[in-house]
Formats: sequence, C-alpha cells, structure tokens
Amino acid sequence: MKTLVSIKVNGTLRAHEVEPRTLLTHFLRDHCRLTGTHIGCETTLCGACTVLMDGKAVKSCTVLAVQADGAEVTTIEGVAKDGKLHPVQEGFWECHGLQCGYCTPGMIMAGIELLKRNPKPTREEICHGIEGNLCRCTGYSHIIDAVQYAAKKMAKAK
Amino acid sequence: MAAKKPEPKGYVGRSLKRVEDPRLIQGIATYVDDIVLPGMLHMVVLRSPYAHAKINGIKTDAAKKLAGVVGVFTGADVNAQCGLVPCAALAPNQKAPKHTCLASERVYFVGHPVAVVVAVDRYVARDALDLIEVEYDPLSAVTDPQAALAPDSPLTHPDLGTNLAFTWTLATGDMDKAFAEADRVIKHRMVHQRLIPMAIEPRGCVASWHAGEQSLTLWTSTQIPHLVRTLLPGMIGVPENKMRIVAPEVGGGFGSKLNLYAEEALASHLAQRLGAPVKWIESRRENASATIHGRDQIGEYEVAVKKDGTLLAVRSRTIADIGAYNQLLTPAIPTLTGSMLPGCYKLKALRMDIQGVYTNKMATDAYRGAGRPEATYTIERLMDLVAAELGIDRVKIRQKNFPKPTEFPFNTAAGLTYDSGNYQLALKKAQELAQWNKLLKQQAKARKEGRLFGIGLSTYVEICALGPSKMMSAGGWEWGCVRIEMSGKVTVITGATPHGQGQETSFAQLAADRLGVPIEDIVVMRGDTAVAHYGRDTYGSRATVIGGTAILMCIDKILAKAKKLAAHLLKAKEKDVQFKDGKFFAKGKPKNALTLAQLAAESYVAKNIPKNFEPGLEASSFFEPPNCTYPFGTHIVAVEIDRDTGEVKIVKYVAVDDCGPQINPLLVEGQVQGGIAHSLGQCLFERCVYDENGQLLTGEFMDYAMPRAKDIPDYVMGCTITPSPSNPMGIKGCGEAGTIGATPAIANAVCDALAPLGVHHLDLPFTPEKVWRAIAHAKGGAQ
Repeated sequence: MKTLVSIKVNGTLRAHEVEPRTLLTHFLRDHCRLTGTHIGCETTLCGACTVLMDGKAVKSCTVLAVQADGAEVTTIEGVAKDGKLHPVQEGFWECHGLQCGYCTPGMIMAGIELLKRNPKPTREEICHGIEGNLCRCTGYSHIIDAVQYAAKKMAKAK
Repeated sequence: MAAKKPEPKGYVGRSLKRVEDPRLIQGIATYVDDIVLPGMLHMVVLRSPYAHAKINGIKTDAAKKLAGVVGVFTGADVNAQCGLVPCAALAPNQKAPKHTCLASERVYFVGHPVAVVVAVDRYVARDALDLIEVEYDPLSAVTDPQAALAPDSPLTHPDLGTNLAFTWTLATGDMDKAFAEADRVIKHRMVHQRLIPMAIEPRGCVASWHAGEQSLTLWTSTQIPHLVRTLLPGMIGVPENKMRIVAPEVGGGFGSKLNLYAEEALASHLAQRLGAPVKWIESRRENASATIHGRDQIGEYEVAVKKDGTLLAVRSRTIADIGAYNQLLTPAIPTLTGSMLPGCYKLKALRMDIQGVYTNKMATDAYRGAGRPEATYTIERLMDLVAAELGIDRVKIRQKNFPKPTEFPFNTAAGLTYDSGNYQLALKKAQELAQWNKLLKQQAKARKEGRLFGIGLSTYVEICALGPSKMMSAGGWEWGCVRIEMSGKVTVITGATPHGQGQETSFAQLAADRLGVPIEDIVVMRGDTAVAHYGRDTYGSRATVIGGTAILMCIDKILAKAKKLAAHLLKAKEKDVQFKDGKFFAKGKPKNALTLAQLAAESYVAKNIPKNFEPGLEASSFFEPPNCTYPFGTHIVAVEIDRDTGEVKIVKYVAVDDCGPQINPLLVEGQVQGGIAHSLGQCLFERCVYDENGQLLTGEFMDYAMPRAKDIPDYVMGCTITPSPSNPMGIKGCGEAGTIGATPAIANAVCDALAPLGVHHLDLPFTPEKVWRAIAHAKGGAQ
C-alpha cells in the first residue's frame, strides 16, 4: 500500500507515492534523485545523511518519508545559491576539510545548522556541534577550521 | 617557530586547494550507490549468524515466490561459475581453504555469505532474505588464536586438519652471540588488537553485462580497479579485454577496499546470468562483519642490550590471527611487520617467527599501515621499556641506536635498505616544537600535585611506495599517460587510483610545472580501466611517488617529441631549440616562440611535420621504482589521565614527519592528521570484539567506538625534508605516516603517566575502564 508524500525539497515541491516504510533518505536519493545525501550506517550514528528538516538538522536515515510529509527539507544540493557556494562549503574547500568526500554533505549540513544556532562558536563548540557526524579521513581538525572559516566569513557579510 | 618560507615559483610546493572538491562539497559527485541503470536489479546477501556451523539445508521457495524477486541463489547455484576468491600472498606451503563466493557445506564466520537474493528493489530484496530458511547445525568456534594451536583445539576448517595456516621466519645475524654479549635481556608481551577499518562509505558495486559485446562493466567501490581487472577474469571467466572496471568516487578505503571480494564476482556473474544490471550495496553491519579487519597479532618479544643502551638484537614470536580465509594479502601483513621490526635502529641480529592461525572470524588484511603500525608500536614501546629498565633517558637511547645520516643507504637487520634518513634532525625538531624541557618541567609539577601526566615519544620509520616489482606479486610499477590535446588542453591519466588523497590536484601541479601551462588547462583522470589502461592502484602510500613519477616520464617524452616538431617549424637545429615557460624557441630568439598548444595543433593536423614524425602529442610510461621509500619522523604526545574516571586526555600533540619534498603541504597535513586519528582510535577506544562463540559484538558504530571531533587534540605539525634517491622527485609518501608514528607515541605517553603508580604497560586500547582498573589495582583497591 503506497501513500502520497509531499515534501518541499530545496524549494521545490516533490510528491511521490511511496511505501509507508520508505526512509526520508531513500525518498531523497531514489525518488528525487538527489544523491548528495549519503548513507553510512542506517542507524543515526554517522551523520552522512544529515539534512535540514524545517530548519533542524536530522539524520534522514532514521526519519520516515511520511514523517516529513508537508515539511521543508534542504539537502546539500540546495545549499549553494545562484552558483555561489555557501560559506560553509567554501570553508570546507579552503581549509581542506574533506578527503574522500563521503561524510562531507552531512558535515556541511550539520555545520550550517550549528552556525544558525551559534554564529560565533569556539572550537570546542564546533566539536560538540558536529559530534553526531563521523569522518574517517581527515581527523576532523581541518573540518573544525572549515566551520570557523565560515563563521568568520558570515560575520563579515552581516 | 621557523620563519615563513618564500612561496615557490611554480605550482609544486604550494598548498593549493583541491580541484576535486567542488563536486564533493555540492553533493554532485558520483559514488557507486548513486549509479542507476535502466532495468537495474538489487542484490542482497544472506549471511551466517553463526561463527561455525554445518548447513543442513536451505529453503528458498518462499523467497522466490515473493513478488518482485527475480532470483535466489545459493552456493550450489553459483559457486562453480564464480570461482574462488583470490589470495596473492600465500606463504610457501601454506594450507589454505577453498574460498568459494557463497558457503557450501559449512559457514566459517559470522557474516559468511550463504545466499543472495536479486529483486527489483532493495526493500523487496531485504524482505526476501527473511523468507529464506537455513537449517544450521552449530559447531564449536575457534576464537582464541593461542588456544587454537593446542592439539585438542576444535578446528576452524576441519578438512585442513590444523588451525596453523603458515609459519614464517625471518632470521638474520648471530642471535646466540648477541644474547651472549648482552648485559640485559628485556622480555615483554604485547597484544595488537583487532581493528575494523570502517570507511564511512560501505562497499558496493554495480555490474552491467553487455550481451552484444559479451563484455562486462563493473563499477565498484575499490582502491584497485586494475587489480580487479587482473583477478576477476580468473573467477568468472570473462576475459580481461572484455572487462571494464570503474572505481567511481570512493568513500574511503584505508586498505579495506584493497581487495577483491566475493560480492563483486557474484554481482558480475548474476548481471551476466540475468541479463540485467545488478547493484549490491553493503550495510554497515555487513561492513563490520564481512569487510577485512586489521592488526590482530600477539607477540612475545625479547631485546638484548648492553648496559650503556646499545641494542644488540630483537627476537619475537608472533601469533597472527588471520581469520577464516585468506583475502588478497592476508598472510603478507604480519610478515611486513617482521620486515619493519628494527624500526629506526641498528641491530646485530633479528629473528621473527610468525604463526598465522585460522579462527572463525573475518579475515584480517591491509588496514592503514598494514603491518607497519604493529612493528613501530612494538619497537617503540620496547625502547621505552628498555630505557626505563636501564635508567637511561629515552631520547638518548634512541639517538644512541640511530644510524647516522651519512650511513644511508642503510641496510637493516631485516634485510631492507632504507633509502635516506636523518632521524636525529626530525627528533630534534619535534623536541623544539614540543618545547621538550618545558614539558618535562610541566610534568614534574603535575606529578608533585599528584596528577597523572605523561609524555610519550616515537621515532618511526615506515616502508612506502610499494614497491619494486620483485617484491610485489602482480608488479609494483605504476602507469601514466599524458596527452596534449589538439586545443592545447592537457589530459593526464594515472593508473594509480586516488580516492580522496587528492592526486587530481597534486598531479596537475606536477604536470603544470613541467609543461609550463596553467593548472586550469589540466584534467587528471583516474579509476576507469577503459581510460587508465594499466595501473597498480593506490595502497602502501605509493600513488604520488610511483604514479607521479610515471606522469613526469610521459611529459619528458612529450617534450622531447615536441622539440623535434618545433625545430622543424622554427627551421632550427633540434639541439638549438630551448623550452621555457611552456614555449619552444630557437636559441637566442625567444620572441619567435611556439607554444605547446600550437605544436599540439600542428602535430594532429599533421600537414607540416618532419619526415618519420608520428602525428599526435601523447605518451605513456611505466615507472618501475628501484627501491621502496622510507619516510620517518618523530611524534611527541603529552597526556593527562583523570584518576577518578581513567579518562585519557591528549594535551599536546606534535608531529614532525619527513616525507621528502612536498608537492602540496596542505594535502600532506591532511593525510598525516587523518592517519593520526586512526591511531588515536586504536589507542583510546577501538577494538573489534568477538565473544567466545565467535559472535561479533562490535558490528555497528554504536559498539565500535571511533574518534569524533571532540576527541581530537590541537596539532602542532612540522616537517623535515630528506629527499629519497628512489625517484627523481625525491618524494617518499605520506598516507600512512600518521597511523604508524602516532600509536606508540600515545601509548608511551599513557604508560609514562601511569609509571609513578608502578604500571609499566597496558595493552591497547586505553579505555577509561581499563585505565581506571589499572589505577585502582596499583593503589591496591578495587579491580
């Protein structure tokens, strides 16, 4: 039995008939073909699938698509505007905050949400803010640099 | 701190941001699970819940009847067609089980593939797994590799008649004499715990059969598409020249994807058999249980020393738990430990006896450092234990036993020739950056206050750029191709298969400088055997050293050819043609110059070319390295331990690494920091645990604790630069340095912190519970 789920994804309404058990991450990846959201564990532990749902960072591998019905979801593909990178994306590029890139979309989404809540985080606060996201390549130091870079850049732009 | 260095003139040596990043930070890169083909089916694998059991029967009817299921296959259906999973490193006379793709009569580890379902989508395929009934007869599991050697032990593979897979001995020098000359012999046992690589992207593949051409394309999350193309034909019978292997974006490997796995052969065979593309994506639990593990050695070590601290000999007996099967390089990992056991030190004699033991667990194989971290950890822990025993300063005892910089190339007791080194300098630099004397004072003050403050150091050397073909079973060269396109744009193709290390950038830096063209004009292609025809791929910190040299060889061939054409067009003698900043001109006439782009256009249009001049401006090269490289360095760590909780906090981390000249220092820093994080995990949390029945207790991120951002210290990074004579650039490789240098440094710091309590050694990992118990025990309290 399929059910209609409508989610505003990156500003566009996406409606698909899906099984009620469909995970949000599969709705985004398989039905919307937005494959920037990655799956690393299916148990909420690695954060590779982090997206913003109504402004809050969620692990889309443990949210059902039906739970997101009517919500606004932002994925990594919706973060750059008019061909211009989001400052957090820019920070990851400038500071070598990624290697294989698999955890990166989730890290960037977590970073964006963190800076929304706390525009001037200390290194410690950044570590806490991205605690739900695992990276096996970088050793995190450059990721922390990247979020700090973005915080500075966003503060300047204000 | 050192004065700021002047910015290099060209691209090489600069910390450029990566050209591969824009697609990765925007979520528009293509990993294997992002590939969707028309009519694609999904494969899932039913795995054994038992470590050892006899299969009495498999009922697949209910699964087959489920709507959307295309097929259910057991070993009886596919094993004959899928061949045996290969091992390229069996020890001489090794007894090895037949490694079929699916289990046949028995299962030998938790996670052992038993059957596969192919269905129209992955949800249906997983539903069908639940409908397969397997009747198991559980048997005794072998889980303790030491007990496994007892004559009455149950057997991992009863048909082999023994759990002993192989023995391997390395013996050099006069051991008896060295021990007779020794003033002291220090004995010690160390356990190198089993680890799980845990790349964040699990394994996966998409296989597509082209019936018209009778050919296969396999996209697979691998470090080694070229080795897969070499080995997969032997499994599924499709010839090599009908096989295209693509490693798309790969989400981390760390050695775990330096392998050819059963699932790649199964998906390839089923795509051919079913006439439809087949995708298989591993779950995290499968990744933890059925992708290779690392380390898992138990060693008894003896060091013979003079009382002045001169090392004479090291002798070791090691048991390596290799798991149930031999994956691609399984037996070669503990033997690499043996080869690097002398570390940075002069020894008169060395002996290592390794027993490889089968147990009912996943195979161990190459994981970040691949045998070298065990060697460095061993020798560097031993150095501290020896120093403590003899009452000699741990810095001085290391200095005393280093070869001098003038002694390189240095022949080690293990029979290797270290290419170049200046261990004294790296140590000195690390001490400066760590403010060693201040650190000692800080420790003295902390100890006076009753705090547990430790300082640790490791002076390491590793073997990289593997390697000369005589050492490698399938050749150790690397291949490259460079093409100046008709437009003057440059295509660089590498047979190395970078997957996050950044060679799309560093190779472009190399090529841009050598060709004198803007870096924006260069594209680096990798990872597709239809484009990069030959390659030996990425592992053992080899890609930049060997692959980068192959690229430069191509460019030199192209420049020599372009010079001929330039001479013809400039009406000059070839010997008078000069090349500078991307332009060719006759000596003394730099204004009348031809650009590389102009020459490329002429070479392809081919209307005005010299006699016997082949059109085109393209060259390919194989670089065969004469020796491995031996990067080295010193890591210094300070830790403080919370007496009440046993928690270890790293308060200072200094890393000085010498990987020769650096093409892109930012990328080197990233590699080293990432490597250190793996060590930090091994030291503080990570441990793959099987219970006595062979059940994997750490099969998820919930149970297998890896470092998160809050666990990472602030790094002080430094380098020394000692060029290698093994390649024209003098570079050494940096991918595993962090993991090799860091583990003993952290361990030495923790043991140093506990030393005032009389605790001289704890095995890894230093979990709060273990440390707390050690503190409590030392105080004579609770255990």
